[in-house]
Amino acid sequence: MIVAERKPIDEIIEFMRDCKKILLVGCNECVTVCYAGGKKEVEILASALKMAFMKEGKELEVEEVTLERQCDHEYLEEIRKIIDEYDAVVSLACGVGVQFMAEKYFRTPVFPGVNTLFMGVTEERGVWAERCQGCGKCILGETAGICPVSRCAKRLLNGPCGGSTKGKCEINKELDCAWQLIIDRLKELGMLEDYEKLIPIKDWSTERAGGPRKVVREDLKQ
Amino acid sequence: MRLTYPDSIRIIRLPCTGKVDVILMMEAFRKGADGVYVVGCLEGECHYLTGNLRAKKKVEYTKKLLDEIGVGGERLEMYNIAASDGPRFAEVAKEMHEKIKALGPSPIRGALQNKEAA
Repeated sequence: MIVAERKPIDEIIEFMRDCKKILLVGCNECVTVCYAGGKKEVEILASALKMAFMKEGKELEVEEVTLERQCDHEYLEEIRKIIDEYDAVVSLACGVGVQFMAEKYFRTPVFPGVNTLFMGVTEERGVWAERCQGCGKCILGETAGICPVSRCAKRLLNGPCGGSTKGKCEINKELDCAWQLIIDRLKELGMLEDYEKLIPIKDWSTERAGGPRKVVREDLKQ
Repeated sequence: MRLTYPDSIRIIRLPCTGKVDVILMMEAFRKGADGVYVVGCLEGECHYLTGNLRAKKKVEYTKKLLDEIGVGGERLEMYNIAASDGPRFAEVAKEMHEKIKALGPSPIRGALQNKEAA
């Protein structure tokens, strides 16, 4: 999932300093799972914003809605009829949803309510960690299902660096060395000979280095 | 026991403090409460095992939110009192009443009163 966390309320208030009526839009997908921008977080933020304005002797009207997704036309269309009633929209979706909303509703200011962080997993309740950087050319098949691109600080492709100590990374003693994890798992799988295979220089043009990316499926496209 | 506690306190009954959600505490303040305190069973004695421990974390989170918006996290507290301990319940009620009285009205209540007067 895409992991995000709520922006500081001060920052959100600053966006809407001159607004009187806003639409607070949550998203039912990833940001709901990581407790950053689902229905509950929309309710809490609405309550907090109203109080912050009241405290200043001002009034802010906040309408709440949580869409199934904000990265698809069909769900974003659900607010077309009401969008013109608001001075601005605060979207609690990831950066993708915020942008799609802004593209679709060109005349309405759209502000982000969360900081979008990474693609990751729920390691345990309340703990999320990065697992994928969307490099565009997956090498998990060669690395025992553990990604050195997202989990090694240096994104090394052929074994650990000299900073790996007792299975931990030199940048943070709490952080597992991705290559230690890979070696441990290869051993467990009886595939340690795979560690000797050199991974060729990675083609980073499929990552962000090649500019914004796009996938077109002609069989599905209308 | 015929114990008394300040009449400023309004009790909202819940099956377990595990039911207390952030939004419930926030809305209490938005509707003009000067202070809120959550009273749960003693730690380790929750009928639902961890309800009061979860409440404790939610109270801590809400305190930070209240600080962020300038209402003041010190207006929200959590206490753990045994269901049979009436005297302690009354004592805590007085303690919270005095604390909030010293802090004065919440800035939100002031805003609500100004709005009504206008």
